[in-house]
This record gives sequence, C-alpha cells and structure tokens, in this order.
Amino acid sequence: MSKSTSDADAEEGRRERKGAEALVEGLKQEGVDTMFGITGGAIMPVYDVLYDDEDVDHVMMGHEQGATHAAEGYNTVTGRPGVCMATSGPGATNLVTGLADADMDSRALIAIAGQVPTDMIGNDAFQETDTRGVTMPITKHNYLIKDEDDVPDTVQEAFYITSTGRPSPVVLDVPKDVSKNTTDAVRGELDVEGYSPNYEGHPRQIEKAAEKIEEAEKPLIFAGGGAVISEASPEVRELAMENDIPVTTSLMGLGVFPEDHELSLEMLGMHGTGYANRAVTECDLLVGIGVRFDDRATGKIESFAPKAEVIHVDIDPSEISKNIHANVPIVGDAKNVVGDINEAMRDRDSPDTESWLDTIDDWKQKYPNEYEQDGDDLKPQYVIEQLDELTPDDTIVCTGVGQHQMWAAQWYTYTEPRTWVTSGGLGTMGCGLPMTIGAKLGAPDQEVVCIDGDGSFLMTVQELTTAVREELDFTLVIINNYYMGMVRQWQELFHDERYAESDLPHLPRFDEIAEAFGARGWRLEDEEDVEDVLEEALEYDGPSVIDAIIDPYENVFPMVPAGSGNDEFIMGKGSQGSRIS
Amino acid sequence: MSTDTPARRLPTGVREEEVPRAVDENEHTLSVLVENKPGVLSRVAGLFTRRSFNIDSLAVGETENPDYSRMTIVVTGDDPTVEQVMKQLNTLIPVIKVSNLTDDESVDRELAMVKVAASPEDRNEIMQIAETFRADIVDMGRDTVVIEASGDTEKVEALFDMLRQYGIKETVRTGRISLVRGEKSTED
Repeated sequence: MSKSTSDADAEEGRRERKGAEALVEGLKQEGVDTMFGITGGAIMPVYDVLYDDEDVDHVMMGHEQGATHAAEGYNTVTGRPGVCMATSGPGATNLVTGLADADMDSRALIAIAGQVPTDMIGNDAFQETDTRGVTMPITKHNYLIKDEDDVPDTVQEAFYITSTGRPSPVVLDVPKDVSKNTTDAVRGELDVEGYSPNYEGHPRQIEKAAEKIEEAEKPLIFAGGGAVISEASPEVRELAMENDIPVTTSLMGLGVFPEDHELSLEMLGMHGTGYANRAVTECDLLVGIGVRFDDRATGKIESFAPKAEVIHVDIDPSEISKNIHANVPIVGDAKNVVGDINEAMRDRDSPDTESWLDTIDDWKQKYPNEYEQDGDDLKPQYVIEQLDELTPDDTIVCTGVGQHQMWAAQWYTYTEPRTWVTSGGLGTMGCGLPMTIGAKLGAPDQEVVCIDGDGSFLMTVQELTTAVREELDFTLVIINNYYMGMVRQWQELFHDERYAESDLPHLPRFDEIAEAFGARGWRLEDEEDVEDVLEEALEYDGPSVIDAIIDPYENVFPMVPAGSGNDEFIMGKGSQGSRIS
Repeated sequence: MSTDTPARRLPTGVREEEVPRAVDENEHTLSVLVENKPGVLSRVAGLFTRRSFNIDSLAVGETENPDYSRMTIVVTGDDPTVEQVMKQLNTLIPVIKVSNLTDDESVDRELAMVKVAASPEDRNEIMQIAETFRADIVDMGRDTVVIEASGDTEKVEALFDMLRQYGIKETVRTGRISLVRGEKSTED
C-alpha cells in the first residue's frame, strides 16, 4: 500500500493493525475498562496487545471459571457488560459453568476465547475444542470469527446483543491467525436483522393491567431479577406504595423493594417467608415483574397462586406463559411498562387493600422467620444479622450456593437494587469469592461482603490469590458447618438421615489458608466474639476471611419441600421443623 | 389451611377455572426464515433437543435471496407447546421470522423414494399403482423397483400403504416443504 493511500485511510480512521488490536480497540469503543481472564497459547496475541495498553485493566484470575463469575459480579453491580477471556481448549471449557450461570440469571457478559488457527480447526489440534458448539445452548449468541476483517463489526454486534433485550452471554471465539493477521477494517453500521427487542408495553395491555389492579381485592406484586436489570426499582416502589400493594421478590429480585418497608413480604418460594407464601397462595391478582416463575419460586405449579389472575411483565416473549399462564401478558422493559402502569393508575382508584393487608399482618405475626440460640453452638442467622447491623445500607452482599445463601437471603436486610450478587438459576457452588472480586472492582467505593459456605468456598479458593494481588478490600464470612449443609438438610428430612458424602470433616483451617495466601484470617466460634471479629475484619483494608464455625445441624426454615405447594411450608427452629398445613 | 377453595392450576400453569386452550396434539408446519450462515441449522436443531421438543421432519434450503434459508419444520404438539416452540425459535439471533402454516392455505409437498420387492409376477401391478399415484419408476432391478413420488404427506403415506403388501425394502423422504398459496408471502 502506498503512503498516500494509507494517509487517506488514516483520515477515515482506517489503519492497518492486527486483529488482536482491532479486538481490544472494539472493547474500548464499548467502554470496557476492566476485564478478567487467564492467558494461554491461542489467546497470547490478544494479551500481547493488552501488555502495552493503559486503558483496560486486565485482572489475572486463578481459574477461568473465576473469570466468568468475576465478570458476572462486575455486571451485576455496574449494569455494564462483564468481560472475561481465556485461551482455547481447556481455557474455553472452563468458561462453561460461568456462561451457563450468567445465561440462567440473565447477565450481560462477553467471553473471548482463543482458538487454534483457522486452517487447523477440525483437525483435533492441540488445545482445540469446538467452543462455538459447546457454548451454543448456554449463550444468547456466539461467533467464530474466521476473518480478521470481521473483528470490528462482530465486537460491536456482540456487545449490542448481550446488553439489550434480555441480557445473556455472548461468546467470541477468536482463532490465533485472526488475532495475528492485519486488517484495516473499522466498525460499520450495526445491522442484526433477526433481533429487535421490544421495550414498550402495548398500551391496551397496560390499560388492562391497570383495570385489573384497580379491581383487585388481594393484589400482590412479585418482582424479580428483570426488575433489577431494567432499573425498575423506583417504578415498582411507586406502584406498591401509591396503591398499597404488598411486594414479594424472587431470590434474584432482592433489593428491588426495601425489605424494611411495611409492604414488603420479602422473598417467596422454597425458603421464602411463610407470609409471602401464604400471600401468593391467597392473592387474587399477581403482578409478576421481571420474573420467570422458576420452580424454586412457584413450588408445585398446581397450587401456585391458584386464585389469582396473572399480569406478567417481561422483556422476553418466550417467558410469557412458559410456566404460569399469563392473563395479561405485557412484553416490554419492566421500567417502561411499570412506569406506564403507574401513569395509568393516576386516572384510576387505588385498590382497596385494607383488609388484605390486615390478613397479611396476621400472617406476619403467625409465621415469623425464627431461630434460637439454644446451645453453645454459634447460629449462622446471628452472624448474618450482626453483619447486617455493622454494614451500611448500600453494602453489596455476594454469596455462594447452599444453606448460607438462603440464610443470607433471609437474615440480611436488602433495601437497594444491585446490592445482591448470587447464583440463582444454575445454583453454582463456588461463585461467591470470584463474584466478590468482580463486585468490588465494579463498585470500589461500596462496602462489599461475601457470605459463603465451607463447601462453596473450597471450590474456588484459588481466587484468594487474585484478591490479594489486586489489594481488594472486602470481608468474606464462611458459614462453616463442615457439611454440604443443604444436601445434609435434605438427607435429614427426605433420605432418613443417610448422610451420603455430604460431611466434610477434613476441611482445612480456612483462617490459616487465608493467611497463607496473604489475606487476613479469623476463626470465629463464640457468639460473644461475633461483633468484635466482624468489626476487625470490616476494618482491615484488604481481603478478610472469617471462618465462622456454626451449629452443624442448623437447618434453613421455612422450607417448602420440593414438589409441594408454597402453602405447605415447614416452619421451624434449629433442626426441628413442623408442617403448618 | 382452609380447604373451601379447590382452586388449582393444571401442570401447564393454566388455572382450571379458566378454560384451557386445546390440549389436543396436532401437527403444525412451521416455516422458519433464517440467515444463510454456518451453524444456523445446528442452533435450530439444538434448540429442539435442549427444550425437549420433537421434530417430525425438517427440510432446509436457500431461498430466492441467497442471504436467507427457509426451513420447513413439522412439529406435533398442543397449541401452547407449539407457541413456546415458536417463541424459543425467535430467541435465536439468526432466525428472522417464524410462521405457523397449519391454519393457512399452504401448499405442502414432500419427495419420497421407495424400494419395493417386485417379482416378475408383481411388477405390472406395482407399476400400475405407481401410475395411479403419478409416481415414477426411477430404477428397476431383477427383483426390485424404486419409485419416486411427490405430494403431500397423506399421498405419500397412501402410496406406501398400497406397496406394503409387496414388501417395502427401503424408503427415504425429504420431509415436508411448504409455501403459502396466492399473493400472500409465507412470512406475512
């Protein structure tokens, strides 16, 4: 190419650079400043570009799964797509769990995977795997970029698809030669013909919803993760508070509505409150906002909200009437739709919910969440309550998966959206620590804590090295019962106390593990030390790990046994539970 | 808890008191316009497997515009299931349009070939049957004939029924392809 031509191209923003540079350039055009990953053979050319780059902060993780969860944590607290990267083969397959997790919980995430050179694809080359094929069912879309000229457009498309409509991961599979070859291509106009998410609810459906709400005697709002993602929390609060409608949330919806408000029934479902589960069973109108009626929320379908007509607001048409038939389906962005319903309600009367709220108050008296300090053993609920006391309202709480996760959902008070980071749909043990890392990097000015389990923590413990290197200030509390506690609970209740492979008697000393990584560690066994240890750990400027040794037989109550209706919950304290119906 | 209210939902999530839609299983012909790109067939087929939907037949080929392919997919299911199939297909980025042709005036065809045992004594009879169905003999061996037939599914089935008495050795079918009749386009 002659000098004059390349000058002319430069004026149009065209310049020859490697595919890898075009890729990083694309990330920057999308505003990426933080990404998580691990290098390796096929992805080296991209890391070579990042080596000199001053705009993108790449966080080297301990395992590729950690990179995906960190990207999830980052996305959940910031609302911006999380970005993670790995090499081909095992690097790419290690992304799979996190991609499936992000897909289930609708998180915007871009995963970049290296691939063997295009002329070796299909030959079972070293570290080759069919990343596009493997990730197809657990992503919103994925690309194998076979030509370096396609890099700019593909990056643009990927970010557009992952972050609009119902968010879900998009994978970019980038062969090594595509990274190394040069291209002068720049991004063109965005054109995705088969994809056009609908953001505005149909006006007739909005009116119909408002009419149903006005006429309802026992209305209930059921808000979920979709309301968090669409930033619909203010609209949900207005709908509830202006019309005296009680609100329950799914696990993913914690924080959408302040749990310290009198209209809050907190979480429903398998480990939801007794009063939320009574309310959903008795309500005559259920307003589902950004929820997908997951089986852990509905219990047995036959007895879920059996007396209610259902208004279902969701941006994904395929969620409407998938599990629960919607009488008033409204496809659109929750913020817009609920805002429009609020607008429509201004010309209408609020429903008369006085006696409904009285009934709910009775249930609140009758079925409070309870625990008791009945022996020498430390109670997990007490630790979490104290953590709640000692941390500000906008504290971000991350968790792993299991009993500790349910106690964290029940006993910490959530008042703001994007302060709850967990694995809901996939139930991925081990997500806690890496999500905490991503959350802290996404919200460096907020207090970040992780309530983890002993089994969960051990699965991704290597990420402590990341936390120490990045000098991240967070506090992680391991609710340690030396069991896979949720499995133990099910074995106790439904498998005649046959504790097959759920006991973990040879766990390491997690406080010492933390110290060995260069973090601070505490071991907590006595109730009287809880406040002091928590304060010390929260005070410490760096990763703090508290190994809280709790009553190993403490169960999560209330509990709706799998396959039962939501009104057939077991109330209880400690390890004792009794059916209420 | 009080038991004076027997309200419940069906496993499909519909309340019993609300008249459920048809739960009869019917055959539906879906016409799916997709981008003509690598991997699209795999995405569509994978979706059916992943969601436990059954494909009766699937035929795919380029359209009048080489940027697109048209898939004709025959599925059997009740109305809510087929609606869910269509919605899920629409979540795929390369899927441009999904149409359910079952209630439309559409022309449906499939191509089939059948190899039939044909002893010299039976051969004339078999050829007469083929002629009645406007099918062609495309290969003739000492003891077999191969018949090519095109038509709607019922016609092909009827032909097979007639030939069964002689001994069907092998069959192959393209699966249904469909277009809407008249001025209307299949994607309208």
